[in-house]
Amino acid sequence: MPRLTHTMAGHAPAITLSDIDKRFGEVRANKNVNLTVASCSVHGIVGENGAGKSTLMSILYGFYEADRGTIHIHGREVRIRSPKEAIAVGIGMVHQHFMLVEPLSVIDNVMLGAEGGALIAKGEAQMRAALAKLAEVYGLVIDPDAIVGDLPVGLQQRVEILKALVRGADILILDEPTAVLTPDEAEQLFVLLRTLAAQGKTVILITHKLNEIMAVTDHVSVMRRGEMVATLETAKTSPAQLADQMVGRHVLLDVTKGPAKLGPLRLSVEHLVIRDAHASLRVKDISFQLRAGEILGLAGVAGNGQSEVLEALAGIITPTLGRIMLDGQDLLTLAPTPAERREQGVLHIPEDRQRMGLVPAFSAAESMILGFQSDDAFGTGPLLSTAAIKAHTAREMDLYDIRPRDASLKTAKFSGGNQQKIVLAREIEHYPKVLLVGQPTRGVDVGAIEFIHKRLIALRDAGVAILLVSVELDEIMSLSDRIIVMCGGVITGERTPETTNDRDLGLLMAGVTERAA
Amino acid sequence: MSTPIELPKWADVSLVPILAVVVAFLVAGLVVLGIGENPVKATLLLLKGALGSGEGIGYTLYYATNFIFTGLAVAIAFHAGLFNIGGEGQATMGGLGAALICLRLDFLPWYIVLPLAILGAMAMGALWAFIPGYLQVKRGSHVVITTIMFNFLAATLVVYLLVNVIGKPGSMSPETRVFAASAHLPYLHEALAYFGIKIPKSPLNLSFVLALIASAFVWVLVWHTKLGYAIRTVGHSPTAATYAGISIGRITLITMAISGALAGMLAVNEILGVQGRLLLEFSSGYGFIGIAVALMGRAHPVGIVLASILFGILYQGGTELSFEMPRVTRDMIVAISGLVILFAGALDGLIRRPVAGVFARLLKSGA
Repeated sequence: MPRLTHTMAGHAPAITLSDIDKRFGEVRANKNVNLTVASCSVHGIVGENGAGKSTLMSILYGFYEADRGTIHIHGREVRIRSPKEAIAVGIGMVHQHFMLVEPLSVIDNVMLGAEGGALIAKGEAQMRAALAKLAEVYGLVIDPDAIVGDLPVGLQQRVEILKALVRGADILILDEPTAVLTPDEAEQLFVLLRTLAAQGKTVILITHKLNEIMAVTDHVSVMRRGEMVATLETAKTSPAQLADQMVGRHVLLDVTKGPAKLGPLRLSVEHLVIRDAHASLRVKDISFQLRAGEILGLAGVAGNGQSEVLEALAGIITPTLGRIMLDGQDLLTLAPTPAERREQGVLHIPEDRQRMGLVPAFSAAESMILGFQSDDAFGTGPLLSTAAIKAHTAREMDLYDIRPRDASLKTAKFSGGNQQKIVLAREIEHYPKVLLVGQPTRGVDVGAIEFIHKRLIALRDAGVAILLVSVELDEIMSLSDRIIVMCGGVITGERTPETTNDRDLGLLMAGVTERAA
Repeated sequence: MSTPIELPKWADVSLVPILAVVVAFLVAGLVVLGIGENPVKATLLLLKGALGSGEGIGYTLYYATNFIFTGLAVAIAFHAGLFNIGGEGQATMGGLGAALICLRLDFLPWYIVLPLAILGAMAMGALWAFIPGYLQVKRGSHVVITTIMFNFLAATLVVYLLVNVIGKPGSMSPETRVFAASAHLPYLHEALAYFGIKIPKSPLNLSFVLALIASAFVWVLVWHTKLGYAIRTVGHSPTAATYAGISIGRITLITMAISGALAGMLAVNEILGVQGRLLLEFSSGYGFIGIAVALMGRAHPVGIVLASILFGILYQGGTELSFEMPRVTRDMIVAISGLVILFAGALDGLIRRPVAGVFARLLKSGA
């Protein structure tokens, strides 16, 4: 395989996409997209969900072929029909969800698919040498014999990057790489990306976090509704300008909220212990309280017990020990099931709306009654009235500006933001006393984030007790009246937004409990 | 990662299955050609045999009745994400349930014994599906495995009972005595004669009307009741069902019981309608073809009725065809049914993809 040298690559842009057009049925996902990525740089691509970033990158990585348009890599026109061909022209991709075999070692994972013959020894020796070289050049140090499943998420991501690099990638695409990282790990990743660019690699970073774009990229391209609306020099732009470009109108990034009017104690969680199906301890004796009219933020890196707390409160899983008291009554004996919790006014916006909060195959109207399907409002006796649920959904769609306004449309066809609005509308309209909120803006576009945040604050001001679980520190910081942080199944600290900062919370999320200076 | 195949609904439910049948017939035609017969003539003979006479239509609909019951049984389980392939066993047990009632009570008038016998068939079918459902919910044994094992259990149990307990005394063949006339579900030609309408004689009986009522019942149940909503939620997303407070175990048990009751109703057609006695292997594969019927009918009652009539045509027309063209044997007809199942079920994408391509091009040129 001929490989262009570093100096040659310096002349032509690493990637030139010209007039890329891609249609899925009636949806035009990419409309005449042009993009030039300079080599040896970090190039950010931002855009709302459904703006066409993923489609564009999938075309570049060979998952789809464009209907029209050309791709030039280092000045040479190429046709990329499969990921294999993408790798052959030097493009590597690090997926949001890692493609790793957890029980295998680092070296086995890196070698997978490039074993170099029937016998493993020779290939493995070459691979070890290659890894050692990469460690030297980029500071990508990792124990090749460590078992991948035992590594922290940040290092697992390094294995993914190594996989791409040993296959000769000199263009690296990273899709939402920081979604699973602690702030500290994200910081290390950015250092690595800068090093890669300095050593002659080209990095494309897809993200919806504007502060990451500002921190690490040289250039940034903004996509909106399938079109490339701007490519800017990062140094000459601002998060506010990028947000406006993404949405096509002016967006308020900062949440404005008045002081909390605290009501009576609503929810009291006492010595909660949760074991999962494999009997391993997920939550280790935590206690906290939630008052009416308060938003309590529960921060932490994904997988540190927050999800289990949320599901235990919603009645989906049963805690091993402890009590959950609502207005002084024990919910575990009074209302053990999700249906009974709902009757008690404990409503739940689940973290995973695709798998739990909605049924993608259902119509919007059917998803709009999930959990409330037995209500007499939706049909007398055993019958379910299609007319009633459609009329109900049409009203909610107006109130929450859910688009398109089609109650019969399949739930899966709505964008992430509109799907989340369906869940939000459904739960809020059933008068919660306590609202459990999990990742309310995950995969949701900027415009909808603004809307959802405003609704949650209005609900707080109306006296609802809200528990907010989010991995987005910005969201926790701007919405919460009080913040607790979980790491490894225990609460590592409690703060208020006024007395903390990202660094402090980051340390608590990493399990460092001494107060940062 | 390929482009998702999206089609207008009418094309999905009618055009694609029709094309599948046409392709299946074309391939079957090649086979007929291969044995030295004229495929066009064979097709015409098949259609004439199935639809060319009042008697032929009667037989076609009589076969279709069986397919409707077993197709609905498979379909309702599909909606809950369950794969009930025990239709054979459930139908066999349905026959036992009907027979036990008839043997005991056929001295009573028809308006008592017939409803009881029908309920008996449904109850035993339901029980035979409920047990695998219970085993899945409580013990984690998958219904695919248990329902197919229960087919053998049902067959063996009925053989034992027919030989040792309820068989006709002094008879060499394993079957019960013939039930009294009060336990006979009227043939359609008898029922219509009562109103002065004359149609040719055939085994088609009032079970066909019951099958249409059952289809309407399934349609209302699945799409217009709260139970149906719960069933579909469990089928599409068990996690969402748990979130919504729907008990997956409870829905599994209820759905399996309904599914089994529908399969058990096959015995109403065969035992109460035609045979008038319990005998061995009256279910003769209808339970399995029900899976193909449900697949082809897209688990929708209207589709199932249409697919059932298609298979009825194949059965009846095939029988006639093998009389007229001795070189086309029964086995050939089974092969043609197999091709229909292959193209409508397994190779669905083979038809769907080009059709979707044509639609995409039409849309593009229209836009």
